[in-house]
Amino acid sequence: MDPECSKLLPALCAVLADPRQLVADDTCLEKLLDWFKTVMETESSLHLLQDHPCLMELLSHVLKTQDVSPRVLSFVLRLVGIFAAQEDCFQYLQQGELLLGLFGETGALSWTAWNMPSVRSGWIQGLCSLAHHPSALHFLADSGAVDTIFALQGDPSLFVASAASQLLVHILALAMQGGASGSPISEAAAWPICAQKIVNHVEESLHSKATPQVTQALNVLTTTFGRCHSPWTGVLWGRLSPPVACLFERDPIPAVHSLMDLLLSVASPQELRTQAFGVLLQPLACILKATTQAPGPPGLLDGTAGSSLTVDALLSSKSACVGLLCQTLAHLEELQMLPQCPCPWPQVPLLGATVTILRLCDGSVDPSSSMGGRLCGTLGGCVRVQRAALDFLGTLSQGTSPLELVLEVFAVLLKTLESPESSPTVLKKAFQATLRWLQNSHKTPNCSDLSPDALLFLGELFPILQKRLCSPCWEVRDSALEFLTHLIRHWGGQADFREALHSSEVPTLARQLLQDPESYVRASAVGTAGQLSSRGLQATSASPENPLAQQGLLMDLMHILSTDSEGFPRRAVLRVFTEWLRDGHADVIRDTEWFVATVLQAVSRDLDWEVRMQGLELAQVFLIQAMGQPSLHCPYTVGLPEATSPRPHPEFLQTLCRLPLFEFAFCALLDCDRPVAQKACDLLLFLRDKTTHCSGPQEAGDSPNSASVEAVLQRWREGEQGQPLGDLEPEAMLAILRSLDLEGLQGKLAKSSDHVEKSPQSLLQDMLATVGILEENEADCY
Amino acid sequence: MMALPYITEHTGFTGTVYATEPTMQIGRLLMEELVNFIERVPKAQSASLWKNKDIQRLLPSPLKDAVEVSTWRRCYTMQEVNSALSKIQLVGYSQKIELFGAVQVTPLSSGYALGSSNWIIQSHYEKVSYVSGSSLLTTHPQPMDQASLKNSDVLVLTGLTQIPTANPDGMVGEFCSNLALTVRNGGNVLVPCYPSGVIYDLLECLYQYIDSAGLSNIPFYFISPVANSSLEFSQIFAEWLCHNKQSKVYLPEPPFPHAELIQTNKLKHYPSIHGDFSNDFRQPCVVFTGHPSLRFGDVVHFMELWGKSSLNTVIFTEPDFSYLEALAPYQPLAMKCIYCPIDTRLNFIQVSKLLKEVQPLHVVCPEQYTQPPPAQSHRMDLMIDCQPPAMSYRRAEVLALPFKRRYEKIEIMPELADSLVPMEIKPGISLATVSAVLHTKDNKHVLQPPPRPTQPPSSKKRKRVSEDVPDCKVLKPLLSGSIPVEQFVQTLEKHGFSDIKVEDTAKGHIVLLQEAETLIQIEEDSTHIICDNDETLRVRLRDLVLRFLQKF
Repeated sequence: MDPECSKLLPALCAVLADPRQLVADDTCLEKLLDWFKTVMETESSLHLLQDHPCLMELLSHVLKTQDVSPRVLSFVLRLVGIFAAQEDCFQYLQQGELLLGLFGETGALSWTAWNMPSVRSGWIQGLCSLAHHPSALHFLADSGAVDTIFALQGDPSLFVASAASQLLVHILALAMQGGASGSPISEAAAWPICAQKIVNHVEESLHSKATPQVTQALNVLTTTFGRCHSPWTGVLWGRLSPPVACLFERDPIPAVHSLMDLLLSVASPQELRTQAFGVLLQPLACILKATTQAPGPPGLLDGTAGSSLTVDALLSSKSACVGLLCQTLAHLEELQMLPQCPCPWPQVPLLGATVTILRLCDGSVDPSSSMGGRLCGTLGGCVRVQRAALDFLGTLSQGTSPLELVLEVFAVLLKTLESPESSPTVLKKAFQATLRWLQNSHKTPNCSDLSPDALLFLGELFPILQKRLCSPCWEVRDSALEFLTHLIRHWGGQADFREALHSSEVPTLARQLLQDPESYVRASAVGTAGQLSSRGLQATSASPENPLAQQGLLMDLMHILSTDSEGFPRRAVLRVFTEWLRDGHADVIRDTEWFVATVLQAVSRDLDWEVRMQGLELAQVFLIQAMGQPSLHCPYTVGLPEATSPRPHPEFLQTLCRLPLFEFAFCALLDCDRPVAQKACDLLLFLRDKTTHCSGPQEAGDSPNSASVEAVLQRWREGEQGQPLGDLEPEAMLAILRSLDLEGLQGKLAKSSDHVEKSPQSLLQDMLATVGILEENEADCY
Repeated sequence: MMALPYITEHTGFTGTVYATEPTMQIGRLLMEELVNFIERVPKAQSASLWKNKDIQRLLPSPLKDAVEVSTWRRCYTMQEVNSALSKIQLVGYSQKIELFGAVQVTPLSSGYALGSSNWIIQSHYEKVSYVSGSSLLTTHPQPMDQASLKNSDVLVLTGLTQIPTANPDGMVGEFCSNLALTVRNGGNVLVPCYPSGVIYDLLECLYQYIDSAGLSNIPFYFISPVANSSLEFSQIFAEWLCHNKQSKVYLPEPPFPHAELIQTNKLKHYPSIHGDFSNDFRQPCVVFTGHPSLRFGDVVHFMELWGKSSLNTVIFTEPDFSYLEALAPYQPLAMKCIYCPIDTRLNFIQVSKLLKEVQPLHVVCPEQYTQPPPAQSHRMDLMIDCQPPAMSYRRAEVLALPFKRRYEKIEIMPELADSLVPMEIKPGISLATVSAVLHTKDNKHVLQPPPRPTQPPSSKKRKRVSEDVPDCKVLKPLLSGSIPVEQFVQTLEKHGFSDIKVEDTAKGHIVLLQEAETLIQIEEDSTHIICDNDETLRVRLRDLVLRFLQKF
């Protein structure tokens, strides 16, 4: 601990122990704990306590009187935990009876402040920090703390309850990972008392009739298996899997979704996993059964349709039905991405069920049973289920599906995209799912082309897209544009796609949206127009009514960049311009210098820092194209010959001055937004690096021109940024470049802007300052 | 409303028609437009032979399937319209109208259109609600008054949406999207519509949308003989509008934004395509005109003018006609057709919410609402689901409503009430006898004080009016209570009677006074004293009996 802080600590401890002093801001206490934790990483906590008696005074004061605020009580519990994480300090505190006094049955539990969730939470967190060595295990076993933790699992405060479960897992892992002996124990009989106690508790809870208890036990197990896979977890699972399996025999199955979480986290036997999967699939099986006339081919869903309780849940009320389906679909979506995903994955029935759910939502299914009819009524127009089903449908695109089902998917997607009833959020999901299915339909190994079915689908999709681009709802226009941009990015080079797109009005309509009243839509339209233009797909027919189409897109985008009142479209324009420059877009390479100059001029006046950032990015791309990639500052390349980085042509430096790229970068270096300044610094470092061999420093230093530049820079630093640098020779620029301490600046900028305020010393001073005011007020009273 | 002249002018109707003012005014406009459209193209001849069943049978579909063609009538004239409207008595929301004293009728806002109403028909003890086209959506009219429908014995439910699967919001979005898409591609949009109603909401949506969709330079034309009146009438019915629009009037601003569209020349209206319109006409444009059936009115011209180009679009918004049938005579058609029916009337979900809220004892509705639509027989959600199940009726069926009238309310005049002396016979229940004259007129019953006892007859023998009033005898008090036999016997003994014998009979008791040769027969509802010619004894005994009874 640095001496400055040591000096401030006694005063702070006095403040904390004084019940009249209110610590108004408990984030201070959090920061204080964080600081202690960092100090303890490098120092002995025992020494710290011995060197700073004020700390022990604070602890014993709290232990004796408890007349401080619950916040401070909670803080002290957690602080002691941090100290006691080191075994020698633990012993020291143990001797002073301090630990038992705080964490034992006569400690915090008996205080009136125990009613406060913050105090209970502090008690748990203190124990969690403390439990790091064998002595702690003995303490936990002897002090009765474990029983208290069991009780806290059902705490009314969710934070406390969850922390209690976490603590149990932590203690269990500590005990099993060797405890005293240091080697893991795999025989159940030899488990430490603490571990046995916890495992017995979990086992009892699994047998409990009360669902909350079962849920708690399952959560503990899920966390345990999620954390580590050691031999002992295998033994533990061996012991607890029978009661877990028994849960499946109950009707109804308690805590189904916690059970799923557990089975997802553990390498359970195939049989159990299949059983669990079956339970998860029940609602979907019910849906299929209620809507198909003839029994389909045998699938994994067949055996699972039986549970009458699932049917009841589906039919009991709209909210129950919607909740169950959404949860199931979300779980399945998660499951498909995991290695534990059941094999074989029932792709076909799942896809069938998902398509059916979507059709129930849009009312186009013809149910064969009365249950189907009721489902139709319940799910009709249900946005939540539609969204969940579309998400899962997107995930299912990764599997292989028979053609007729793929066509069904396309049909239901078209229907959703077309329907006037589809809400904007549903449409967005439908666009996302469509994109995934187009990417994955009929994957042929060597060909990224669209399949004939996908092309047919696109033929029907474009008219719908046209309509959506004219929607009165801006969210719809926006997601339609985003979708279009993705389509072009993927297939813009493909002849069939180009033809389909060209025969529609989509490009023209997209271009018109550059003038949309909604800034988000304009931004998306900029992206789409840029992409269309990059691919040579821009609207061809320049109708006389539409003056917009007659001038080049480049000019339109320039216009947006310099006049749009919102930041998003301007940012989008710069992203497009950067991409165009990088890819050598025809409109850009026609006169790159003019292009960069115009952009930089517009950007330098922009009020949006992201636009200025993007401007620097564009400048960097320009420089890299002219000067080559930045050299790698890698120690292993020192000995290698310099890469073929060409020495920049003097004319190019003239260009840079003319653009004026130097002026823009110098200006950005002093930007009040740190990321902009950082980026400018990197850019100038790159420039300096590339121009080292251009001319000698002494020549430039003498130039009177450079002196005036320095003077201007100085004025800029002082806040007068209006003055231009004026026409300068490259030599002067280079001289300034070298005279700047760019590395130093880079270092300064790398630190966050509040690094001074974040120091522990400042924290302690702040805390003392707030109570200082109180003292002054007190003096006034006399 | 459109059928009103047929009822008032051709059926011998002599009654009064009750309607709100906007209903009458807008109804007049709609009928005026219809008459105007029809009269513009007078027919030299009218054919009726085809209505002969034998001939009709041979005609192609759909003519041969038309029902009851013999009852089809020619369109009425403006004269008949005016005569029909003259029979209307204007009413306001929540106004109570007495019908012959038998029932009270009250119109309530139904939220569907300007002045549209649901009706309550109630007597003192029964209440029937008649719900016609109603809407719970927030559009231009005053919101639907649901609270007043509570406590109904019967709720007659009619006028639900014709398109239960189409949500009006989605349809309006669809309307706007397709309109913008067509116009941006250089095409014209035709909207066949009525001159009032949904058009106000469509114009309002477009008002908000045209600038954002870059359609500010596109002219909107509204062509109808009553276009001007419709747009102007809508602005003056402030009290019939929703709260938002009402409050605009106090600013003062026109409640509907179409006023601004007209001011800025974005919306122009013309009585017909002839005259000014042909000078101003500019394409691409959007035209609102009638008739939505596409059989008459200016819409016909636009169908002919624009039907051949696939750039143009016709957008159907009125749910009353099948758009395919409307288009049939124009086929083949290159023009795009969009069907987005906007029907803001109640759908089945809203009905079930309404019924939960209002809780009528019985629901009565057309048969069609009690089963899913034939084309979507699986949609069990597209029918009325209530407990007890709704009573349904078919066309022209007479239905007895499921309640009986048991009580009538009778008023009592204050001076008569003053004279009553109630007696408490049970805690909380008091009785009094009333002698009065029941006066019934216009189904109202009033108890008036009886006339004073007649004066001693004057010497003149001539009969006087007052003598017609039935004579009122001096009234004896009514008796109640029962006579406890044992105590009665004791009382008799106290008063000197001896040798008393009591016999039980099937209905009561007989008390024998053997000495006096007198017999007192006490039964549940009568007491007889039988003694021979001893009036004094009888009176004594009577008074003793009366001691045990209460008089009032």
